[in-house]
Amino acid sequence: MMTTEEQTLNEILTLAAQHFKVSRDKLRPDEDFFKTLNIDSLQALDLLTRLENHFHVEMPDYELQGVTDFRTLASRIQARL
Amino acid sequence: MLDLRQYPSLGAALRDALEHWPNETCLIEADRDKEKTRLTYSDFKELARPLTRALQDADFREGDRAAIIMSNQSKWLVSAYAVFFCGGVLVPLDFKLTAAEHLQLLAHSKAKFLIVEYYLWRAIMQSPEFKKHGVKTVLVTEAPLRADLGGAYRWEDFHRKGDPIFIDRQREDVACIVYSSGTGGSPKGCVLTHENYLEQCTSLTAWYPFWPGVRYLSILPTNHAIDFMVGFIGPFVCGACVVHLRTLRPEYVRDAFVRYRISYMSLVPMVLKNLERGLRAKFDELPSRKRFMLNRLIALNKMLTRRRPNVKLSRRLLGQVHKAFGGQLLALFTGGAFMEPSTLQFFYDLGIPVANGYGLTEAGTALTLNDFKPFRADTVGRPLPGVELRVLSPDSEGVGEVAVHSKTVMSHYLDDPELTAETIVDGWLLTGDLGRFDSTGHLQLFGRKKNMIVTEGGKNIYPEDIETVFDGVSVKEYCVFAANYVWPLKQLGNELLFIVLRLETNQQFDAALLEDLTTRNRRLPDFKRVGGYLVWPKDFPRTASLKIKRATLAEEIGKTTDRAAIIQL
Repeated sequence: MMTTEEQTLNEILTLAAQHFKVSRDKLRPDEDFFKTLNIDSLQALDLLTRLENHFHVEMPDYELQGVTDFRTLASRIQARL
Repeated sequence: MLDLRQYPSLGAALRDALEHWPNETCLIEADRDKEKTRLTYSDFKELARPLTRALQDADFREGDRAAIIMSNQSKWLVSAYAVFFCGGVLVPLDFKLTAAEHLQLLAHSKAKFLIVEYYLWRAIMQSPEFKKHGVKTVLVTEAPLRADLGGAYRWEDFHRKGDPIFIDRQREDVACIVYSSGTGGSPKGCVLTHENYLEQCTSLTAWYPFWPGVRYLSILPTNHAIDFMVGFIGPFVCGACVVHLRTLRPEYVRDAFVRYRISYMSLVPMVLKNLERGLRAKFDELPSRKRFMLNRLIALNKMLTRRRPNVKLSRRLLGQVHKAFGGQLLALFTGGAFMEPSTLQFFYDLGIPVANGYGLTEAGTALTLNDFKPFRADTVGRPLPGVELRVLSPDSEGVGEVAVHSKTVMSHYLDDPELTAETIVDGWLLTGDLGRFDSTGHLQLFGRKKNMIVTEGGKNIYPEDIETVFDGVSVKEYCVFAANYVWPLKQLGNELLFIVLRLETNQQFDAALLEDLTTRNRRLPDFKRVGGYLVWPKDFPRTASLKIKRATLAEEIGKTTDRAAIIQL
């Protein structure tokens, strides 16, 4: 069955919460995750690797360029599913 | 190493390097854990030959400008070599800029040729300003088979048979135009000569030599001044090897150290901190007895290397740590942004020296560097050979503006004689950075006179460059400042941009305004965003031509308000 973008987003939020050891409730789809999680771009790339493994996709680093919220990230991943 | 004193140009030195070490590996390109390219100097020459000939056949001539917009990869170096071989001027642009910014800098530099990666070219083609680009010939790398290239050529097919003709240049001729900032206002294009680079390379390699067999891991983009010198020119004129890694993902960076037995690497503070975080996490996972032993060994290493590094000894004492870095690492280089002394010390105590330096685009790559005689985490090292530094108008603590006189100082700012005259006075480049020398001749930096920040990723951000994103915000007027410019700290770090807002009469700062500011701020790349705002109760001081008097406003804010008044955005 095709995964919807909303499902992808939810899975990303859960994985991000696990990865950065924060409560899932703290993460909002449209908020700036650099600010919410207090992370830098290398830590965001680390998360991307985890997401790639989970969704079985491969994304070049530049796909994350300019992405600051989980919803946009979900749409980039969804496009490759 | 080639004797660079005998060379008039980068093109001549690089050409001879390819002849001198034909069988040595000069370039490896890896993407994650896959090796994509491995070239000897002879292979490199063969790869560059048809491209160079095709450039000449396409009327690329002596003094013509060619821009490169590419991430970290081997085609960057091959293309740059071809440009120098033709006697051209290289315009290395930061690939992380937006398409609109790329177009602005292409227009400003008057580049005749452009060599660009496909995904970046696609963004440029979609820009509303695209039709104005003015570049005569565009070469696009790695484009998919049936991609619309908008009239550009495929780099991989841009070949012509026959030998190209080498066009030499003189030392005083322009080699590169490098933009230090200014995409929002007037671009600051630093015009650097062949002499600037040849002298810089000579002084850097005097302290940190390369030789055949040495491998340099390149993760910074080659448009970055540090990587251009120590990830291209330096290794090539010494017969060494550059390993390009096309990802910044920490796990693959760590893997590359081991896989390619890396000798040197340059990095920005963000990457070094990431490595530190990874190591500390590993140390914390150790059982208490092993952790105790490790701490004892670190303490012993620290004691034995107090006066100078001894990498061989450290490798024996802390074998597991060094194994994780490939076992061949000689030093890491960092510069361009503030580096926490504690992080530098952390690595030094493990026997991994981090040569912390100081430089600016206007003066080539580096002006000072830590020479480890002894290691000083609290300074940016001593002036490199051939570099004269002065502290102008020092205060009671010896702190003043750092000025430099060196053959590495740029010729001028492109098309900006006024700014050039303000910046280079009687042969001395005024850096705008505040520093002092200690009794041992090490330079300590204490902030800057300039309204700008340097990010942990090593990028200079000027408020004027990001203000346009707030154009139209519903306030009477606004202005962006670097907090350390308004409230000088007398130390580096703690960098923050903030926006000062003057509201309309009777206007309240409400949720709609906050939302508007937040939305606009997020249109900027994360490293360019403002971190907070300040509502200012008075009209901004302005010149007769209605420009904001930034310095006056900053002084007034600094005198009457505390930095803590900035509200996080």
